[in-house]
Amino acid sequence: MSEMGATPYPPGELEREARAADTRRRWLLSLPALVIIIFAAAGPLLVMVVYSFLTPGDYGNVKWQFSLEGWTNTIVQRDIFDDTLIWADAHLSIFWRSLSLSLITTLLTLIFGVPTAWFIATQPPGKREFWLFLVTVPFWTNLLVRTIAIQELIRSEGVINLVLLKLGIIDAPLQMMFTDFAIGFGMTYVYLPLMVLPVYAAVDKLDFRLVEAAHDLYASRWTAFRRVILPLIKPGIIAGSILVFIPCLGAYVTPRVLGGGKNLMFGNLIELQFGQGRNWPLGAALSLMLMVAVMVALIWYVRVTSREQADGR
Amino acid sequence: MKKLAIAATALAFTATGALAQELNIYNWGNYTNPKLIEKFEAETGIKVTITDYDSNDTALAKVKAGGHGFDIVVPSASYVPIWVGEGLLAETRPDQMENFKNVDPVWVNVDWDPGRKYTVPWQWGTTGVVVNTKYYDGDIDTSAIFMDPPDELKGKINVVPEMGDVMGLAIMYYGGKPCTDDKELLKKVRDGLVAAKQHWLGMDYGNIEKFAKEDLWAGVNWNGSTFRMRLQNENIKYGYPKEGYVVWMDSVGVLKDAQNMDEAKAFQNFIMDPENAALISEFARYANGITGSEAFMPEDMKTAREIQIPAELKDKGVFIPTCAPETQALYTRIWTDLQK
Repeated sequence: MSEMGATPYPPGELEREARAADTRRRWLLSLPALVIIIFAAAGPLLVMVVYSFLTPGDYGNVKWQFSLEGWTNTIVQRDIFDDTLIWADAHLSIFWRSLSLSLITTLLTLIFGVPTAWFIATQPPGKREFWLFLVTVPFWTNLLVRTIAIQELIRSEGVINLVLLKLGIIDAPLQMMFTDFAIGFGMTYVYLPLMVLPVYAAVDKLDFRLVEAAHDLYASRWTAFRRVILPLIKPGIIAGSILVFIPCLGAYVTPRVLGGGKNLMFGNLIELQFGQGRNWPLGAALSLMLMVAVMVALIWYVRVTSREQADGR
Repeated sequence: MKKLAIAATALAFTATGALAQELNIYNWGNYTNPKLIEKFEAETGIKVTITDYDSNDTALAKVKAGGHGFDIVVPSASYVPIWVGEGLLAETRPDQMENFKNVDPVWVNVDWDPGRKYTVPWQWGTTGVVVNTKYYDGDIDTSAIFMDPPDELKGKINVVPEMGDVMGLAIMYYGGKPCTDDKELLKKVRDGLVAAKQHWLGMDYGNIEKFAKEDLWAGVNWNGSTFRMRLQNENIKYGYPKEGYVVWMDSVGVLKDAQNMDEAKAFQNFIMDPENAALISEFARYANGITGSEAFMPEDMKTAREIQIPAELKDKGVFIPTCAPETQALYTRIWTDLQK
């Protein structure tokens, strides 16, 4: 035992000590992020989960009585007139409206965003910054202001109608305000930068020698695009689609201002429960339902696309 | 030197913090005359901040959630009992304030605040219909304008998404009383609204511009807002549905957890002065319930159809009471069905 005294630590102890210090440092460094996530995301989420299992208060808020009605009412409800149990078709059709709008917007931003990103990425290096800068300009202004600016374009006496009338293309103003066209137009405009930026990053990294090689091997332009370019910029497209799709599902300012608010979006339906409807548990259950739907869709999307990628190479 | 500068700034901050009196008003959007606020600030030295809301329920939900920082709120009559019942309003006793003598006796012993122990009149008005007479020149004193619209107006109608008002108008159109829970009648109301909706273009707030520029031709609207539309487009006319229209009053209350209680009370007293009340009306174009304010109001308000209700339609106005929670739940379901 006395010989052991020469080495105060058994072998490996110092190394273990260093590793422990390293772990401590890592935790400490990530502490700010963890605090924000716990307080700003997990905390409120927990409140929502708890509220969704309570009874609505008479004038908003909740009563501390356990109830499953918030959840069951998202899917089935008692008919208000004959009291039979029926599908909550209003909730389902509103959910479908938001979902299809998000899919259409994602598709439209892809159609307009990919060529835009390609154009920017193929400019000489000095000019790219300028074009990227232009893409970010809309972010300088509040969303509502931009949405109302679109109204000025599409109203009966707006810029588009006046130009078309002057050119003699139409004889009476087109009804664009408060239509589905207006919603699609507005949503595409608002979310386009979120598609352009990630796709640009992907195109920027693209090795153009591979495209040349494809052409050398007699690939047509379409084939080169489909077989070479598309697989290489796919990560950008996936990121862009996710960035556009998710906020679209919850969007309600743009659809309300441009669509006239005649038909509810899922976001409006949730807002109604916390406002005039005074049914907070149902509102909480509906928002959690939306969150779960988004997560399932995301996991599925990522798994499918990554499997394709694995198969592809 | 640097230390000195820091000390000086710190001192400056604490000094302004102690001296500057503030008042945070939470009111309906596009409803408060900037001139009124300027006058209040000039006379009292209190710095006013205004935050907007677009519905009674938004305001109620936000204040109930806490952490809002507001001192003053302006709920509609049917909501005042809820605010009081939930313990959100302070009993500021406006009836003992200096300017209370100016309040029109009609608006003192009101159902929602008997004797005015909590709130002060802000403005009162009606919810009826608006029509651009360039496109339709028939009878406009009827809810048929939006419930069973004439062909000329179809596809150009906007209905304000104020659930209580629209349900009230529709219920009265079918011969019922607001807040009814008669299911047979409510079924007619729902089916009627759903059928009418296909002729509407929108259900949105804040449409003064869109009516003035003729993007919209008809719909459900408030009288004062219609007045402001007419000032920009003289073809616009306000109608009082003979089946029954909605009368309402918004009142100024002070929140129990107000940070600036004295300033808030000063504001309540301030707006009961006829000259100041006239400023409120001059902007939003509604009547205010303060005797003597007419003398300070713009000339065009004295003859306006939006303000002066035609004699034969005077008794068709109905105050909507606070509906029972179960009835409200029923109405929410109908409202959701309408917009699904």
